[in-house]
Amino acid sequence: MRSLIRRRATADMPHDPAPSKWGYRYQRLMLTPGFRAAVRIGVPILLIAVIAGSWFAKPENRTMLDTRIAETIRGFQERPQFMVQSMTVTGADDGLMAAVVNLLPQEYPVSSFALDLLAIRAEIEALDAVRSASVRVGPGGALQVDVTPRVPVALWRDGPVLHLIDTEGVQSGTVISRGDRPDLPLIAGDGAEQHIQEALALYAGAGPLRDRVRGLVRMGERRWDIVLDRDQRILLPGDGAVAAFDRVIVLNLAQDMLERDVSIVDMRNAERPTLRMNEDAAAALRRVNTTTTGAGN
Amino acid sequence: MGDLYDSQRAMRQMRKAAMQRGVVAVLDVGTSKIACLVLRFDGPERFRSVDGVGSMAGQSQFRVIGAATTRSRGVRYGEVDAMQETERAIRTAVQAAQKMANVRVDHVIACLSGARPRSYGLAGELDVSGGTVTEQDISQVMANCDVPDYGSDREVLHAQPVNFALDNRSGLADPRGQMGNRLTTDMHMLTVDAAAIQNIFYCIKRCDLELAGLASSAYVSGMSTLVEDEQELGAACVDLGGGSTGISVFMKKHMIYADSVRMGGDHVTSDISMGLQIPAATAERIKTFYGGVVATGMDDREMIEIGGDTGDWERDRRTVSRAELIGIMRPRVEEILEEVRLRLDAAGFEHLPSQQIVLTGGGSQIPGLDGLASKILGQQVRLGRPLRVQGLPQAAIGPAFSGAVGLSLFAANPQDEWWDFEIPADRYPARSLKRAVKWFRDNW
Repeated sequence: MRSLIRRRATADMPHDPAPSKWGYRYQRLMLTPGFRAAVRIGVPILLIAVIAGSWFAKPENRTMLDTRIAETIRGFQERPQFMVQSMTVTGADDGLMAAVVNLLPQEYPVSSFALDLLAIRAEIEALDAVRSASVRVGPGGALQVDVTPRVPVALWRDGPVLHLIDTEGVQSGTVISRGDRPDLPLIAGDGAEQHIQEALALYAGAGPLRDRVRGLVRMGERRWDIVLDRDQRILLPGDGAVAAFDRVIVLNLAQDMLERDVSIVDMRNAERPTLRMNEDAAAALRRVNTTTTGAGN
Repeated sequence: MGDLYDSQRAMRQMRKAAMQRGVVAVLDVGTSKIACLVLRFDGPERFRSVDGVGSMAGQSQFRVIGAATTRSRGVRYGEVDAMQETERAIRTAVQAAQKMANVRVDHVIACLSGARPRSYGLAGELDVSGGTVTEQDISQVMANCDVPDYGSDREVLHAQPVNFALDNRSGLADPRGQMGNRLTTDMHMLTVDAAAIQNIFYCIKRCDLELAGLASSAYVSGMSTLVEDEQELGAACVDLGGGSTGISVFMKKHMIYADSVRMGGDHVTSDISMGLQIPAATAERIKTFYGGVVATGMDDREMIEIGGDTGDWERDRRTVSRAELIGIMRPRVEEILEEVRLRLDAAGFEHLPSQQIVLTGGGSQIPGLDGLASKILGQQVRLGRPLRVQGLPQAAIGPAFSGAVGLSLFAANPQDEWWDFEIPADRYPARSLKRAVKWFRDNW
């Protein structure tokens, strides 16, 4: 019988090629596909995570990284290629120009990355007097702003204030007195601003009466009155206002109707145009009628 | 026979699991070497080109992806003798094979050559009274076999039905679905020492492996070396191993007898060692280099140097002629073969239609063995090599590996064993749901 207790490997003992129990288990573990994949991928990831985590754990490292990133970004954005040196604003009159320039950056040069062109454009277009605007950084580092101002086509009286109003009914400013823009028709009344086109058509069709028209008044948000000087009024129907106005003009041309002492021409009912005369004229007419009937008798 | 029956069933489940994973190791625990092959199963007939010829024994289902052999330690007569050394040797073989296969194996199918196998022929009968034979009847007829008292210290290693007869018709390949009155079966049962199996179990468990099957080495050698018609007509396979010589007799493709002679090549080596007074390692070397069993005149003049290990190199220059070596080896080989003859006679081998004897195992490589064997065992003797399987390294195709190769065939398609069939209804535990389902199915 040989010794049961294995003391030490001696020279005469034959070499035992057997792996140790743990070596055997280790090899089997390393041959397990899932474990091998975990070691091959998981261990490097863990290592990287640990290193990165310990580096980021120090606040000075974090601030250093932040400043480095900020510097790099600034260094890139402030390259001369990206700098905006000046600005030009076209298409605006002086008052609008000042308002637009107020919305643009005040200090130059500025990096084009710092400019939010869409926001600038939205701000400019939010101005009353601006219909549309295009903002771009042109060649040579110039900020080009092209403004299309709103063209006022009428004055709209809203209480004591006179608004300038364009064809879309959008107010684009105020004027202090009627005399500032004598070329524009005056419009008043509730809901007048929503029917600018109709008002303009009426005004354009005024023809020989153009000089006498003081303004157009929207009545009951339904129809127009044309107010002439000498407190004359032409009441137009809701439908076919232009045609009715044309009839008035033709009547006027034929019989000088409006030169007479008429206060209201009521065209609301097309089949029954009605005139209202002033008090004196009515009295005179009544007198004339009685005399002629009397004479006839 | 409850204990191993259940564990064999469990091993069959394990084998199925291993097949699903596709990798299984086979382990031939022998006296002189331990061989481990790692097999990859990739579905049937994957590894052959279409040439119209199917595989003979299902050997094309798998591929050997790892093979390793190590000198066996702690095994005597094919049984575990020193458990820790055996465990280390198994670990060596398994690790090397895993390393070659580059895959981890968890399931292992093992065979053992010793453990005093004993064969029993059992007969059972069942009255099926005119009905058709069902699966359940087959397990029932096998359960009806009158099992002899083989001793409490033994376990059933194989229990294979080898024949079914229905009334007067015998030799049925498959009686299921046939009509008849009396179903009888012949079963071959092989029992081995329980202690030897326990030891092997334990060794393999200590290596973190699951045992997915256990087979007798004589049986699997026969499966790999006997060609198909030999298995069909009757043949014996003699596996001349290191510590024991396995004998298995095949008939109609079933093993009908197995035995083991507790003598082998190691005894020849120890005879040489004693006769020539040289160390066992030297004796093993000159046996493999110069051994033989038939001396000729030339052998008297061929001198072999055997000395050298005493340290007295000047004086210790002994030589021996090859004829002397043969004179030592031959009586032992004759003794082994005569013992084999006795076992075969006891088994009634001479009544088989064909009496082919195939010698395999490491010991069959002795030059001139076939001539000697034909004098002792009969005229129809040939030397057998294992079937060729895919991917087996060149070093492992010799007759010494017939056990390992046969075990791979056994792993690929095992023959029906008793425990592969359904459990007969009366063996179910009481109040089993399965039993209730079966009652319902039988009665409705």
